[in-house]
Amino acid sequence: MMAFVQWISLWLIPAIIGFVLLYGTWKRVPTYESFVEGGKEGIHIAFSIIPYLVGMLVSVSIFRASGALDYLMRGIQPLAEAIGMPPEVVPLAIVRTISGTAALGMTTDLIATYGPDSFIGRLAATIQGSTETTLYVLTVYFGAVGIKKMGDALKVGVLADILSFLISFFIVLFVFGK
Amino acid sequence: MVNLIWAAMALIGIVFAAINGTMEEVNEAVFKSAKEAVTISIGMISILVFWLGLMKIAEDAGLLAKLARLFTPLVRRLFPEVPKDHPALGYIVSNMVANMFGLGNAATPLGIKAMEELKKLNGERETASRSMVTFLAMNTSGITLIPATVISIRMTYGSASPGEIIGTTFIASSLATIGAIFIDRYYYWKRTRGGK
Repeated sequence: MMAFVQWISLWLIPAIIGFVLLYGTWKRVPTYESFVEGGKEGIHIAFSIIPYLVGMLVSVSIFRASGALDYLMRGIQPLAEAIGMPPEVVPLAIVRTISGTAALGMTTDLIATYGPDSFIGRLAATIQGSTETTLYVLTVYFGAVGIKKMGDALKVGVLADILSFLISFFIVLFVFGK
Repeated sequence: MVNLIWAAMALIGIVFAAINGTMEEVNEAVFKSAKEAVTISIGMISILVFWLGLMKIAEDAGLLAKLARLFTPLVRRLFPEVPKDHPALGYIVSNMVANMFGLGNAATPLGIKAMEELKKLNGERETASRSMVTFLAMNTSGITLIPATVISIRMTYGSASPGEIIGTTFIASSLATIGAIFIDRYYYWKRTRGGK
């Protein structure tokens, strides 16, 4: 199983590159010229993301560094305990939505502390793997194309994250037991 | 909404720091995170240029349209506003496929392209369209087949079976994506019929 997963992740990208180039050549696309033309857009996009990302990351990091985030998490923990959720994973659930790097750090820490095959370790892994960093996705995607009014996107994203967290908890509980 | 949340996070943080005596950490965090944001953006150039270049070939060869057609029944239902065979659908589908395989750095450029096409469809307005909200809702939960990073962490810490969370991750992310679509539909329904 593991060997298969490793094999896939090793071969997938070269296979995609090979397939696209082969198919493009067969369809008589000027492959190199198309590549350059498409690639040019990437530079523009990367630069236009900068102000959005700076703004968002600074605000999030002030919130985190001040200790306000810890305070918020302590407030939510009793709620989690009430449905039998280990309070240790609650911070991860919140951080997963706002900061990808911080969440990855927390997941690693939880797995290191409680063991990868513990309930907390499995739950942390599932939470980390099953959802994206909503705030980052919104900032980058909307930022890249210059959308200023996000509409209901943030509300929908955050609600979906809460749902995803609860689902992860019940699935891990159901599949592996406590 | 975003303006409010954005300002509130910073303001609450500053007030909190004043009470808690963590002003020094806040000062440090401001400049560190600003720098980190620029590093991330600049670091994305290589990935964006490469994948957008490759995908341009795929688009010119008609490969994206083929991929979109393959998933047409599903994607059309999710994005009723997007015309049939529109390039946006091709990018949406390839973004979802890349996400499924955990190819995060291939998925982002494709997602951005999808957003660009959706913006064109929306008359270049700076307000998010219905399709954009749906697309992002699906993206933030994202169906995952192979959570490669997590598996490698589990391997590092000596798990007896590092891959055993593939199943739970797949089920959780699939259910969450379905949930996200319903939440998105609910808000759309509220916007149009709830009279807000």
